[in-house]
Amino acid sequence: MTRKLIPSLRAAAALALALLPGAALAQNGAAPKSNGDLIAKGEYLARAGDCIACHTAPEGRTFAGGRHMPTPFGTLFTSNITPDPETGIGKWTADQFYGMMHTGRSPDGGLLYPAMPFGSYTKVTRADSDAIYAFLMSVPPVRQPNRPHDLKFPYNNRQLILGWRTLFFREGEFKPDPNQSAEWNRGAYLVEGLGHCGMCHTPINALGGNSESQAFQGGLIPMQNWYAPSLTSNREAGVGDWTIEEISDLLRTGVSRRGAVYGPMAEVTYNSLQYLTPEDTRAMAVYLKSLGQEPPSPATSTVPRAESSLLLSLGKTVYDQHCAACHGAQGQGKPPHYPPLAGNQSIQMSSAVNPIRMVLNGGYPPGTAGNPRPYGMPPFAQTLSDNEVAAVVTYIRTSWGNRGAAVAAAEANQLRSAPLD
Amino acid sequence: MHHIRDVAVLAAILVPVFTAARAQSPEAPPDTMAERVLACAPCHGAQGEGTRDPYFPRLAGKPAGYLANQVIAFRNGRRHYPPMNYLLEFLPPDYLKEMAEYFASLNPPLPPPATPAVGEDVLNLGKTLVTQGDAARNIPACVSCHGPSLTGMEPGIPGLLGLRPNYISAQLGAWRYGTRTALAPDCMQIVAGHLTEADVTAITAWLSSRPAPENRRSVPKGTYALPFACGSQPQ
Repeated sequence: MTRKLIPSLRAAAALALALLPGAALAQNGAAPKSNGDLIAKGEYLARAGDCIACHTAPEGRTFAGGRHMPTPFGTLFTSNITPDPETGIGKWTADQFYGMMHTGRSPDGGLLYPAMPFGSYTKVTRADSDAIYAFLMSVPPVRQPNRPHDLKFPYNNRQLILGWRTLFFREGEFKPDPNQSAEWNRGAYLVEGLGHCGMCHTPINALGGNSESQAFQGGLIPMQNWYAPSLTSNREAGVGDWTIEEISDLLRTGVSRRGAVYGPMAEVTYNSLQYLTPEDTRAMAVYLKSLGQEPPSPATSTVPRAESSLLLSLGKTVYDQHCAACHGAQGQGKPPHYPPLAGNQSIQMSSAVNPIRMVLNGGYPPGTAGNPRPYGMPPFAQTLSDNEVAAVVTYIRTSWGNRGAAVAAAEANQLRSAPLD
Repeated sequence: MHHIRDVAVLAAILVPVFTAARAQSPEAPPDTMAERVLACAPCHGAQGEGTRDPYFPRLAGKPAGYLANQVIAFRNGRRHYPPMNYLLEFLPPDYLKEMAEYFASLNPPLPPPATPAVGEDVLNLGKTLVTQGDAARNIPACVSCHGPSLTGMEPGIPGLLGLRPNYISAQLGAWRYGTRTALAPDCMQIVAGHLTEADVTAITAWLSSRPAPENRRSVPKGTYALPFACGSQPQ
C-alpha cells in the first residue's frame, strides 16, 4: 500500500468506525489487495508490536530469537519466529498464530511465559494478526534451535503459569469505545494492544503480573532499575498538559520541546515507534493525553530539612558548573535537544530513580529518522561524588517551580550499581 | 477554606515562574559534531585527548575505521563495557561512523610519556617484542602491523602511542582472555594468546614510555603489507 492511499483509507475507516462501533480498527482499514500489501501491512504492525526487540539477539539474525531476558525468576531465552519449519514457526498456520497471540498458548497447547506480552496482544484483531503472520512467513528462515529457559525452582514449573493467568490474564480483542473518536480508539488499540505499553507502565507485583486496576500507573521495571512513569499522573509522564504534537514528537522522534525519551523507552522509540506513521503516533498521543486525569499528590522526602538545605546550596554549585551550559541557568534547556528541566515531570516524580540515573549514566536519545544525529548527555558517575549527585538532583527537583523532593546520597550510591545492559 | 486559599496563593506564585521559563525563547545548541560528542568529554577529553583517568583511552587521531569498528562493537555488545554499551546502543551506525571520523580528524598533542616503573631488562624485553617480536614463540613484532613509528595504518589499525600503561595492559589482558574480540580473523586475539603476563608487563612499560613521534598521523592504507590477514583491516 502506498502512503498516498492512507488518508482516504483512514477517512473510510473513521467513517466505518463512527457508523459501526466495533468495526475493524485497522488504520489501513480496507482488506489488503494482494499478498504484497498484506506483508507490508504485517511488517508495519510487527514494528508497532516491537517484535524485533526481543526476538533478535545482539549481532544475531533478525527474528531468530536467542536473546536472553533476565527476570526475577531466572533467565528466559526468546524464540525463533522465522519461518524455518524445524526451529522456527514455519509449520504454524495463521489460526495457530492468532491462537498464540490471543490466548498465550503455543500450537501444542503449551503455556507461554508472560514475558511474551500476550496479555496485551490478546487485544489485536484477527485481521492484524493474519497480516503479522503473513509478514513473518515472508522473512528469511533461519535454522537456529531455541535455547531452553534457565529458570530457578519453583518457577521452572510451567503449571505455575496457570495460576498467573487466573490472576492477571483477561483474554479478548480490543473493544472500541463508541463514545470516543476513531482517532482515540486507534490510539487506545495501539497503546493497549501491539504497543504493550502496560508491560512497563503498569506496576508489576511480586508475582510478576500487571494489575488491571492500576493500569498505566507506573512502576519500577524489574531487573533494569529504571522507573516507568505513570501515564495517568500529570506529575509523571501523564501528558495531560502537553500538546498532541509534543507527545507525538516524543514518541516518534525521541525528542520534543518538553522532554526526551531515555532508558528503556529509547529502545521502544528506536525499534518501534519511529517507524509508525505520524497519524498513528498522533492517535496514541490523543489517547495518552486523555489518560492524564489523576490529581497531583505532593512529593514527600525522607531527607531531614537541615540536610536538604545543605544539599541545595551544594547542588546549585554543581549545577552551575556542570549542567547550566546545556540546560540553562534557569533550567530552560535548549529544546528539543537539551530538555528543559524547569517544569519537567520526569524530574519531579516521587521516585527519583530516573533523574539520579541520568546524572550518573548520561545518555543519548535514540537516533531516529526524525532526529538522526542526537545530542547527548555525559555520564557523571566518574566525576561527581554521591553527595554531589544527590545535591544536584535535589537542586533540579526543587528549583524553578519544580516540586520534587530532596534525595539522599545513599540513593545515589545505590544506583551506581544499577545494570546498564 | 484555608486549604483552598493556600493552593490559590501557591498557584499565584508558581504560575508566573512557569510562564517565565516557557516565555524565554531558548537558544539552540551549535549544529556541530564537537557539540554532539560532548557526552564523550568527561572520560575521553573534549578533543579526544584522554583524561587523567588511566583506563579511558585517547581517541583523537586514531584511524576512523578503527574507531568506527570500536563504537559499533560497543553498540552491538561485542565489546563489553556497560557504560559505553549503554550510551551507544540506540545510535545508528552511520552516525557512529560520523563520530569516529570526527575524533579521527582531531590532532591534540600526545601526553608526556610515562616513566617506566620496571627495570632495564624488562624494558629491553618490551622493546624487543614491539620492534622484532619473538619468532620462536609465534609472536610477531607490534611494528609489523601498527607501523614502524607505531602510529597505525588507515583504516583499521590504531596507533599505540599516547596510551596510558593501565589501558594498554588491560586491553592486552582482555585480548588474551578473550573478553575483547574483533571481526574474524581476530588477529589481535591470536597474537595476544601467545603472550605471557611478563610479556604484557614489558610491552606496556616500553610502549607507554615512548616519546611522541614528529608525525603522529596514521599512514595511508597499503603503505606496508601486513604479515597475516586481519578482519579489522580489509586488504
